[in-house]
Amino acid sequence: MTDESIRQIAFYGKGGIGKSTTSQNTIAGMAELGQRVMIVGCDPKADSTRLMLHSKAQTTILHLAAERGAVEDLELEEVLLTGYRNVRCVESGGPEPGVGCAGRGIITAINFLEENGAYEDLDFVSYDVLGDVVCGGFAMPIREGKAQEIYIVTSGEMMAMYAANNIARGVLKYAHSGGVRLGGLICNSRKVDRELELIETLAKRLNTQLLHFIPRDNIVQHAELRRMTVIEYAPDSQQAEEYRTLAKKIIDNKNLAIPTPISMDELEELLVEFGILGGEEEYQKAIQQGTRAPAGVA
Amino acid sequence: MTPPESATLEENPVVTKKELIKEVLEAYPDKAKKKREKHLNVYEEGKSDCGVKSNIKSVPGSMTTRGCAYAGSKGVVWGPIKDMIHISHGPVGCGYYSWSGRRNYYIGTTGIDTFGTMQFTSDFQERDIVFGGDKKLAKLITELEELFPLNRGISIQSECPIGLIGDDIEAVAKKSAREIGKTVVPVRCEGFRGVSQSLGHHIANDSVRDWVFPQYDKAKKEGTAPEGTPYDIAIIGDYNIGGDAWSSRILLEEIGLRVVAQWSGDGTLHEMINTPSVKLNLVHCYRSMNYISRHMEEAYGIPWLEYNFFGPTQIAESLRTIAARFDETIQAKAEAVIAKYEAQTAAVIAKYGPRLEGKTVALMVGGLRPRHVVPAFHDLGMQLISTGYEFGHNDDYKRTTHYVENGTLIYDDVSAYEFEAFIKELKPDLVASGIKEKYVFQKMALPFRQMHSWDYSGPYHGYDGFAIFARDMDLALNSPTWSLIGAPWKTTEE
Repeated sequence: MTDESIRQIAFYGKGGIGKSTTSQNTIAGMAELGQRVMIVGCDPKADSTRLMLHSKAQTTILHLAAERGAVEDLELEEVLLTGYRNVRCVESGGPEPGVGCAGRGIITAINFLEENGAYEDLDFVSYDVLGDVVCGGFAMPIREGKAQEIYIVTSGEMMAMYAANNIARGVLKYAHSGGVRLGGLICNSRKVDRELELIETLAKRLNTQLLHFIPRDNIVQHAELRRMTVIEYAPDSQQAEEYRTLAKKIIDNKNLAIPTPISMDELEELLVEFGILGGEEEYQKAIQQGTRAPAGVA
Repeated sequence: MTPPESATLEENPVVTKKELIKEVLEAYPDKAKKKREKHLNVYEEGKSDCGVKSNIKSVPGSMTTRGCAYAGSKGVVWGPIKDMIHISHGPVGCGYYSWSGRRNYYIGTTGIDTFGTMQFTSDFQERDIVFGGDKKLAKLITELEELFPLNRGISIQSECPIGLIGDDIEAVAKKSAREIGKTVVPVRCEGFRGVSQSLGHHIANDSVRDWVFPQYDKAKKEGTAPEGTPYDIAIIGDYNIGGDAWSSRILLEEIGLRVVAQWSGDGTLHEMINTPSVKLNLVHCYRSMNYISRHMEEAYGIPWLEYNFFGPTQIAESLRTIAARFDETIQAKAEAVIAKYEAQTAAVIAKYGPRLEGKTVALMVGGLRPRHVVPAFHDLGMQLISTGYEFGHNDDYKRTTHYVENGTLIYDDVSAYEFEAFIKELKPDLVASGIKEKYVFQKMALPFRQMHSWDYSGPYHGYDGFAIFARDMDLALNSPTWSLIGAPWKTTEE
């Protein structure tokens, strides 16, 4: 069903970290280099392709399936659209917040794409998956026969790193059964202290690499408001160059590793090491000085 | 396995049966053995318990006979309420395979005012899982109301996916109840909950408390609840299998009581709503309905009493105990009723007793009958050598001690292998259990009776039921068929 020569990649990361923006900009860069790419949005919000299609949100597989009755009633052409530089775009879609099962939706949508021959004449398939791998459905893109390379978008903020480590755990789980590998971390800078070194160290601990450090630039926001990638909106800008570099690095990436996730304690130690978090003593002092009564005095 | 010497068997059944348990357990890997050995024991005279653990998760691979919470709610407690429509909410299989219920007989015109043997399902598709099934459920209820306007209410029996995707069936129930102006009960009986069907009984009981009784409370407040008579009682935990509740009801009415509700065999929603007006709840199946009985005791001050209508000895004892809760008229009538049926019973025992005398029985049923039917066998001169529950709790095993003799083998949630191994060794004359066991033992050329469905016969409750029970046991044990098939051990012994 799926052509062996297609490289399947997936972008994961904490919610709000800029996965969709980063992935679409990078894919625009890859398309510029002549790569044939398909984006599979795996988020009920269906915002993984808007910069490619210049639209608010495209018709999703599940939305149309719900209207018609079942996915069997759909034609691939109805949900597979062509965007910037012939990048193919499809969104799984899913239920409104608070009802149904979004995870099952992703499984249904990906099965539909496979059965209907969406995975043909491509160099890359890119999955854009929502925030955390909360259940089996959201792990679907990293199971056997799907994404082989995972790119984690993170920043130097503690919770983003925590999420990155968790995703590495998910990858490790499927590394032996499905052959999925970690391709690297992508740091979407939040201008945190010593961010570059911190993420480089985290990458090393996770047995991977910091693939690229994307500096913060307001131009991303300007492009996004116009429903465009930076590469399309401001092709000559420094930021567009950054995404092109990342695109090239992904195309050339040979460093695919089985991750070595670390414990929560180790992660905190890392933050202490970089002076971001004080030591245990400092923490206790901070609590004692606080207005609240010390918690958990045993 | 070497058979124990018959001399020791007679001398000390406790010791020999404990040895048998040990031998049977030998086949298990260590972990399974450690778990299963707690569920097997031998009853010793004078002890207040059977000495087995119960209501614990089954050992994987053991081929347990247990069902699930959905089975406990839809199949057992709610299903027999005949004038309500019970929706199997989820994919089609659960509803399809529980279609028609458990032979819970009822009077009514099916499809018009009663719905017991019909199957209603929301038939979940992929779309309903992904986007949630609440809208479909609401639509289904609207359509049911159009198609079956004489239904008195709806119950929503949750299958597994409902709990997984977190559908808000309570909200649908409230909205739909307003729309159709009838009772709509959401039941969270997803099959993965609990270790057996037992939790489903409890959940179903709780849903009656939360979604049905408030209607009584409201009526009471408004002064429209029935006052009833001093002789009003409810039959609780009789599912009218093969007409059991009917043959019980006759006796209760004959002693002068007014049966105003049957839970839930041949029962109606209206009876259920008004049950808090009764003076005494008579509990037959304690396991599946002790919860609601306790609730009625706490909330409405209604006492409850366990009784047993299997076999003339227990029937007489139960009638006297029940009558003792009422005045002398009732007590006198109870004596008259017992006397009235004496001749009938004596005739039954005279006819079948000699053919059944001394025959041994191995029992394994659900949550009540492993103890309740024992006296009926005793009345026919038969002997119980082993018994156990699919889904009984500790309180059931405590109650069992009143029914069994020293040296009775006790097995809880017995596995297919264990049961077969025990039977091969104990060689009972009759195995009395369920459909899952039936053919295993019949192929071993052993007489067998189904004790869940009465093998499509019944009723077995009451004096009339006892006559049928005796006839059926005779049919099973003394059928000439068995002489045509040689049991392997019988040929070797010859």
